[in-house]
Amino acid sequence: MKEKTVVGDNISRREFLEKSALVAASLCIPTFVGCTKEEAEALLQKHFLELTPTQVEQVLRRMEKENLKKFAKSVKVGTEPAMDKVLFGYGLDISRCIGCRRCVHACVKENNQSRDPEIHWIRVLEFNKEHGIDLPEADPYYCSPNSIHDENSKRVSPHQLTELTAKQKAILEKPESQYPLYHVNSDEDKAEKSACKVPREDHFYIPISCQQCENPPCVKVCPVKATWKEPDGIVVIDYNWCIGCRYCMAACPYGARHFNWAEPKIQAEDINQDMHYLGNRPRPRGVVEKCTFCIQRTRKGRYPACVEVCPVGARKFGNLIDPNSEISYIIKNKRVFILKNELKTRPKFFYFYGL
Amino acid sequence: MQHFFDFLKTSVKSWFRGNAYYWIWMCFLGILITSGAVAYWEQLTKGLIVTNMRDQVSWGFYIGQFTFLVGVAAAAVMLVIPAYIYNWKPIKEVVLLGEMLAISAIVMCFLFVTVDIGRPDRVLHLLPFVGSPNFPYSLLAWDVLVLNLYFVLNVVIVVYLLYCAYRGKHYNKKILAPLVLASIPAALAIHTVTAFLYNGVSARPFWNASILAPRFIASAFCSGPAVLLILFQVLRKTNKLKIQDAALTKVAELMAYTMFLNLFLLGAEVFKEFYSNTEHLIHTKVLFSSLFAKTGVHYFMWPAIVADFVAFLIFLVPKTRNNLAMMNIGCLLIFFGVYTEKGMGLVIPGFTPDTLGEIYLYAPSLAEYRISSGVFSVGFLVFTLLVKTAIPLLNQPGTEAEH
Amino acid sequence: MRKFFFYSCLLIVFISYVFCSEPSPVSKVTTEWSPGDVETPAPPLSEGIFPCSGCHEGMPVNPKRRQLRDEHTGIVFEHDSKNRWCLDCHNAANRDKLKLASGALVDFSKSYLLCGQCHGPTFRDWKAGVHGKRAGFWNGKKTYFLCVHCHNPHSPRVKPIVPFPAPEPPKGEPLFFGGQKK
Repeated sequence: MKEKTVVGDNISRREFLEKSALVAASLCIPTFVGCTKEEAEALLQKHFLELTPTQVEQVLRRMEKENLKKFAKSVKVGTEPAMDKVLFGYGLDISRCIGCRRCVHACVKENNQSRDPEIHWIRVLEFNKEHGIDLPEADPYYCSPNSIHDENSKRVSPHQLTELTAKQKAILEKPESQYPLYHVNSDEDKAEKSACKVPREDHFYIPISCQQCENPPCVKVCPVKATWKEPDGIVVIDYNWCIGCRYCMAACPYGARHFNWAEPKIQAEDINQDMHYLGNRPRPRGVVEKCTFCIQRTRKGRYPACVEVCPVGARKFGNLIDPNSEISYIIKNKRVFILKNELKTRPKFFYFYGL
Repeated sequence: MQHFFDFLKTSVKSWFRGNAYYWIWMCFLGILITSGAVAYWEQLTKGLIVTNMRDQVSWGFYIGQFTFLVGVAAAAVMLVIPAYIYNWKPIKEVVLLGEMLAISAIVMCFLFVTVDIGRPDRVLHLLPFVGSPNFPYSLLAWDVLVLNLYFVLNVVIVVYLLYCAYRGKHYNKKILAPLVLASIPAALAIHTVTAFLYNGVSARPFWNASILAPRFIASAFCSGPAVLLILFQVLRKTNKLKIQDAALTKVAELMAYTMFLNLFLLGAEVFKEFYSNTEHLIHTKVLFSSLFAKTGVHYFMWPAIVADFVAFLIFLVPKTRNNLAMMNIGCLLIFFGVYTEKGMGLVIPGFTPDTLGEIYLYAPSLAEYRISSGVFSVGFLVFTLLVKTAIPLLNQPGTEAEH
Repeated sequence: MRKFFFYSCLLIVFISYVFCSEPSPVSKVTTEWSPGDVETPAPPLSEGIFPCSGCHEGMPVNPKRRQLRDEHTGIVFEHDSKNRWCLDCHNAANRDKLKLASGALVDFSKSYLLCGQCHGPTFRDWKAGVHGKRAGFWNGKKTYFLCVHCHNPHSPRVKPIVPFPAPEPPKGEPLFFGGQKK
């Protein structure tokens, strides 16, 4: 039996512990070097649902300070809880939707979404009336050079490409300025006789965003419980807890969740200062985000931005528990359907045909 | 305690002793690791936008490699089962090396997950008490648990065995046997949990098939041993490790059966999709032909299927199986086949087309290749260092590593 | 005798229940439907056009169906033009009002009552807030937009409009083997 000779000094247990502690501490330094106090606090922050009210206040104050620094704008970050006896429901009249995408951009403005890289929480799909809801054939890029349908859809005027015109921005600022609808494009009509206009003949439109499912697959698969369903039915995300594994994005059947692949970029003048911690506060890089039924608005009784801007009134929103709400009327009197019924996600987003 | 530190010191010292080939190999790994680290730093600062993953294809190269490597890690240890069933002495000497391969593979798995997530600084959120793991609903939380368990188990077994060899003592069967026996269901568990991770996602019909978990196990049983067979031959040459041919050919025979199972399950899947001809067929079609947007996965998948068949035949026929050169070709073919099938051939068709019918053509970017090669190099480094530690100990006369 | 009285009382009760529990038939047309706790913004009349009596006061009424040549020539009439013309909706005697089929007059601010005569189901949905536009608060005060805010009463079909910008397709920089390029 060979005995290994002892090489080096005898190390006592105490020395060993001291040395390992030193090594461990020095390994931690790189983690915190270059961290501001705020970043360190954010790193050590607990899950939102576990924070005490004082800790929540601290978090909100910290956020307001960060946003002030970043955008030179004072913001108000709230944490309004769910209202009692409220379960939000959404109705979308696909006989009315003309695919104008005002909802998409109103949402971007209201919810402080990144402009570069571009994130849209609502995706409007164009379908062919002959083939019905055939997802592989759906075109989200109609009226743009990237359209996958026909050539007419690719014919666009220069200003249709990416930037919003002044008129479009005015519509988002004050939705009621759209009325009366039949005067909207009288000037533009003359300039763009051949431009792609919606609704295009033989096509219909279905906008899709988070369906706020009652049985959400994204909540089921999140490994850290960073996303959960609130009592009023909204599925929310704690952006300070999400680890960015994107399992929820794989699990969502509606493609409703979006990832911040890069640092989100928003101009300071585009910031919506009325924020909710679980909703439209500017998100950090590397986390998932999605529609929250405009939690910062709806929990104060207002309609979501998409409902307010829709020029043809195709979007309806309300409390499913209230029998006198618009959404209850729709469910009672119209024939509603939900997308991907067979997956039993039980969405609270009901599509119907109003005519 | 003192001896343990000596053991560690000796091991570390052995890492710095080697011939020219060893140092060339280490330099090569060092270059790739540095390149990977630099690319990863860029990814940390700029965000995952440096990869080609986007909302439509939100998992890509990293998760594909992770899935494949979990299979390798599981299979490396699964050789323990035949060792006990057949009570085969020659096989037992390779089990230790199998476990070391498992450790290296698990290290690579951890690293691939770490480079894939958007907020690696929040990885502590996955741990119980400090974080909030979503038990029992989230399969990822389960995966974290079983992978760590398996890793710790393997490390304990390997360190214990090597330490016993270092001390010249015989290992205590009462300590080792339960650990080794526990590692068998643990190996099965890690790969099954990883399969369920995909399987449970109802939004992706390509993955939501009950056959996925059996397919994972079957393909793991092929690819893990394939890696081992090649490694053993390399080690036999470079380190004068005593492994008999008989052990290698026995493993090859087992691989023939598992490859048959793998091909049978693949055939069953293909039949179901093409015969039933529902809308879900479009995902399987991505594997075998070019969709209207000219996807490119089929360029790899067809060669992979052919490679699987040829390898199956090589391993089935005793004449080709016992010929070492042919066996090595078979191993490479199997590795290529399963690597394609379980790496990109699993992840991409799941996301193409996406849930709203859109097709985004995903192919990895330079950053992804650099980071992945860095991670692979770390894995190879770990394995090399473990082997470097183990070989001198195993080669000492009178101290055979036995189970 | 007592039985006779009892059964005749029952009969009287039964008859009065059947015939008298119905609300009395409406003797006059109910033109008023109040949206209740909502407000409707003013109708989007062209500038300077209202009050119509500014021009039409004292003007002789020509009830003959014809194409207008002197004034209101900019109006394109595509609203059941085969069967209707101006004076089917506009009140000939007092141009500041619209007229219903019953002969009752309504203000322009309540033009939905006129539209609702033919477009019954739509009117019912509009009253519930399901057709057309509603703004305000889902649990509070709402604003109903009038039919004429979206539909030109002379040419009601909503015309195609230029949409807002489409999303950008995802772009990457694949190293080998195809993949979606920038």
